[in-house]
Amino acid sequence: MKRARSHPGWWAFIVHRVSGIALALFLPAHFLALGTALSGEARLDEFLRWTDRPLVKAAEWILVMLLAAHLAGGLRLLALEFLPWREWQKALAAAAAGFAIAAGLLFALAR
Amino acid sequence: MTLRVRAWRGGAEGRFQEFEVPRRESQTVLDVVTHIQRHIDPSLAYRFACRVGMCGSCAMTVNGKPRWTCRTHVDKVAKDGRLELAPLANLPVVRDLVADMREFFDKWARARGQFSPTATRADRFAKVEPQGAERREADAGIECIGCGVCYAACDVVAWNRDYLGPAALNRAWTLVNDARDGGNAERLRAVAGDAGCHSCHTLMSCTELCPKQLSPTRSIAGLKRATRGVAFGGEGE
Amino acid sequence: MSVRLEARLWWAQRVTAAFLAFFVAVHLATIIYAVHAGLGAAEVLARTRGNVAWALFYSLFVLAASIHGAIGLRTIAAEWLRWRGAPANAAAASIAVALALLGLRAVAAVTLP
Repeated sequence: MKRARSHPGWWAFIVHRVSGIALALFLPAHFLALGTALSGEARLDEFLRWTDRPLVKAAEWILVMLLAAHLAGGLRLLALEFLPWREWQKALAAAAAGFAIAAGLLFALAR
Repeated sequence: MTLRVRAWRGGAEGRFQEFEVPRRESQTVLDVVTHIQRHIDPSLAYRFACRVGMCGSCAMTVNGKPRWTCRTHVDKVAKDGRLELAPLANLPVVRDLVADMREFFDKWARARGQFSPTATRADRFAKVEPQGAERREADAGIECIGCGVCYAACDVVAWNRDYLGPAALNRAWTLVNDARDGGNAERLRAVAGDAGCHSCHTLMSCTELCPKQLSPTRSIAGLKRATRGVAFGGEGE
Repeated sequence: MSVRLEARLWWAQRVTAAFLAFFVAVHLATIIYAVHAGLGAAEVLARTRGNVAWALFYSLFVLAASIHGAIGLRTIAAEWLRWRGAPANAAAASIAVALALLGLRAVAAVTLP
């Protein structure tokens, strides 16, 4: 597709959509993992120990970033669609990105 | 100094043909296309009219972006001496660089982009406060000349065949805010739903590229609010 | 699908988004706190088991996310997979229901005493 795309609104959209897809795919797995607690604490503990490996930890970090990015992008959209229009709203894309990165940093540093 | 120009030849099926065009100072892309047609290949089909940035007829895809060729300086876009010209995207091709604009205007009509009068010549003038909120909203979008650049730039138009597109929705918004117009019940229904404003994802390519600096995104955001009645209220108001 | 229903789906998307903004903010803060405090299964479950507030919070979270996600996936299927119409709508509805069921089961798993 050869459309002109290198502007903030486009990037905001693609991040929002891709993060949404990733989260939608992750959610069932997340629910199933938590559901193992039904079989008792031991099952959940077993699963949580399985997640104690670097690749999984990295994936978790990415998911947290994606969640934060999707949230920030979503707030930007709600602002653009429901608040009176102002020109600086274009800068909301940058603000959203900043928020997502901040959240990711917090998560990484919290470990 | 020469420019290497690739121009689309043919219809939906076709190929890019290469031309070498002498480079000149203050040259516009329209100058380039005109040179090709007049001095190299008279069979090249393209559109233009006013050539001074008023009519929008010369809109086409220049190096991947829809622009007005008469208002695009070669220096600004042909960084490495190369130009790629194609007809406007998202529209059927008539021939070479000419796009078929019928679908664009059909959607304009489907969005009820026509004025619905509520008075006759026998009535007094309508008194519309120019600085009122509604009139200012309408005025922000009223300068559209239907060039099709926004339509060609919009990814949602590419992904959703029924999507009315930025220009049609922008025009509908100006009429929604026109105090003299009486067609809002039908109009708001026409611009709602998956074919209407609710499919806009605020990509803002339209706003980014509009040669008249309009913001269809802003107008469509207004329509999203204005169509609340279509979703929940009585018929469309 | 009628224009009215399509418009309602858009509103459902936005309304659930507004609720999710709050739920996700709380969830993110909770995750960061839990990770920081190095919580294992026992500690996590100790906090959630028998806790009505968490049960309510996560149940609403699950319902909002199921609706929001399903509507989003429907749009993506229509635009990127060219899948529209009754079968696609049915699939989206099924996804909403499946997510809600799986999610409520998970909430039960961690909050039932």
